[in-house]
Amino acid sequence: MAYPKNYRYTKEHEWISVEGPLATIGITDYAQHELGDVVFVEVPKPGAKLETGKSFGTVESVKAVSEIYAPASGAVIESNGELQNTPEKINSDPHGSGWLVKMRLTNAAELNGLMDAPAYEAYIAAKSTEASA
Amino acid sequence: MEFAATPHKSELRKTPLNALHRRLGAKMVNFGGWDMPVEYPSSGGLIAEHKAVRAGVGVFDVSHMGDIRIRSGAKPGGALAAVQHISMNDASKLGIGQAHYSAMLYPEGTFVDDVIVHRLDEDDFLLVINAGTREKDINWVRENTKNFDCVVEDLSDAYTQLAIQGTRAVDVMKKLTDANLDGIKNYWFTHGTVFGLKNTLIARTGYTGEDGFEIYVPSAVATSERVWNQVMEAGREFGIVPCGLGCRNTLRLESKMALYGHEISDRINVWEAGLDRYCKMEKDDFIGRAALERAKAAGLKRTLIGIEMIDRGIARDEYCCCNEAGEAIGVVTSGSPSPTLGKNIALAYVPPAFSAVGTVLYVEIRGQKCKAQVVPTPFYKRPKKTAVQQVS
Repeated sequence: MAYPKNYRYTKEHEWISVEGPLATIGITDYAQHELGDVVFVEVPKPGAKLETGKSFGTVESVKAVSEIYAPASGAVIESNGELQNTPEKINSDPHGSGWLVKMRLTNAAELNGLMDAPAYEAYIAAKSTEASA
Repeated sequence: MEFAATPHKSELRKTPLNALHRRLGAKMVNFGGWDMPVEYPSSGGLIAEHKAVRAGVGVFDVSHMGDIRIRSGAKPGGALAAVQHISMNDASKLGIGQAHYSAMLYPEGTFVDDVIVHRLDEDDFLLVINAGTREKDINWVRENTKNFDCVVEDLSDAYTQLAIQGTRAVDVMKKLTDANLDGIKNYWFTHGTVFGLKNTLIARTGYTGEDGFEIYVPSAVATSERVWNQVMEAGREFGIVPCGLGCRNTLRLESKMALYGHEISDRINVWEAGLDRYCKMEKDDFIGRAALERAKAAGLKRTLIGIEMIDRGIARDEYCCCNEAGEAIGVVTSGSPSPTLGKNIALAYVPPAFSAVGTVLYVEIRGQKCKAQVVPTPFYKRPKKTAVQQVS
């Protein structure tokens, strides 16, 4: 699956897409593949404050619970309610309809420290080589 | 999001099918020191594999399991006496070609391991044990049988063990062997030719709660891969898929089959685990018996129950169970979504006062008290067959 060129990526496999002062956050295709079938998602309600690098929710597959870390600081304005009944959207469309939260960014400059798509692709390619070595 | 770090590969043990799993693109995990497939994205993943076993057929590499053979020495009877001493079930009741579930116990009445005991011949037994406890088990068996006239052999590395499991497993097996499988009841076994491999042990056993077979073939890589591929080929018309340890766990959990280190361990006794029917107190003395008598007289302090979540949330291994007031009363030993039932289920130890079906209790999930209720177990029981009578 292609990694959108206009997204930014974390080492913990979250993506963030920015439009003006607003941002959308999700987990990457690599992350959903590592997790397997997603069966449960817990994300904060509108109004919740996210802090860069801090856990703000969980994504659960059949076999494990994984925490999601905020790629940037901000205030949640919407969480993806669809995921409550169809968490598998994270598997089928991780970079689109499987988004987790939308938020208002505190400081857009924070995104400069994140990877762009080619850098993230190189990062996960290195991880897979390491794993099969 | 972060994923558990996989230890360096060289530290992990591998089955003869390890390279094949990697070629199939399996996701590999460290399971009790073994590099094992947890699921195969090419099969559709854990849930698809689980459903394939319930509705069709799947194949598992379970070569990490250990195998201990106990034979009589110079005189007959030594092997049986040794097995009776170390195993809580009554092996004297086993016919040749029959197997049963049992456990080896410490003098405290707690678990060394659970085990499937196969009677190969009058004076010849095969014990199939868990992967994570292989060395401990073999040492324990050797130590505790040394006063008996028997020979103990560790055959763990001699076999590749494949589990062909599911409602259509018998149809696949019939294409693989000349053995008459209709005559093989649940927990019985036979020897037959499988793809030209003569005298192959074929047992109607498994760890999925479904009908199925486990076959034991020589552990050479080429032979193991050939048999795996032939099983896949024979199963194609029945929709067979490779299955990993992920669905093996959800399948056994739905069927309330114990997993060492979870429902049973060196801190849990037979009565607590609810395995009374496999423990034959009326037979001659065995290790753990005296402690179990005392434990029975003292009464149960905790018991294994099945729960189903009422609130949203998944109870996971080691999560705390509490009462309405929020006081800790017990602990979850295994918890997961149930692919068959579409519910979140768990096994847990609680005091007997909380064990009645319908009792409401709570599981603490990331600081939240989530409501659950006690339900009958097993969570899933396979429909009775009419063609072949299933006897457990």
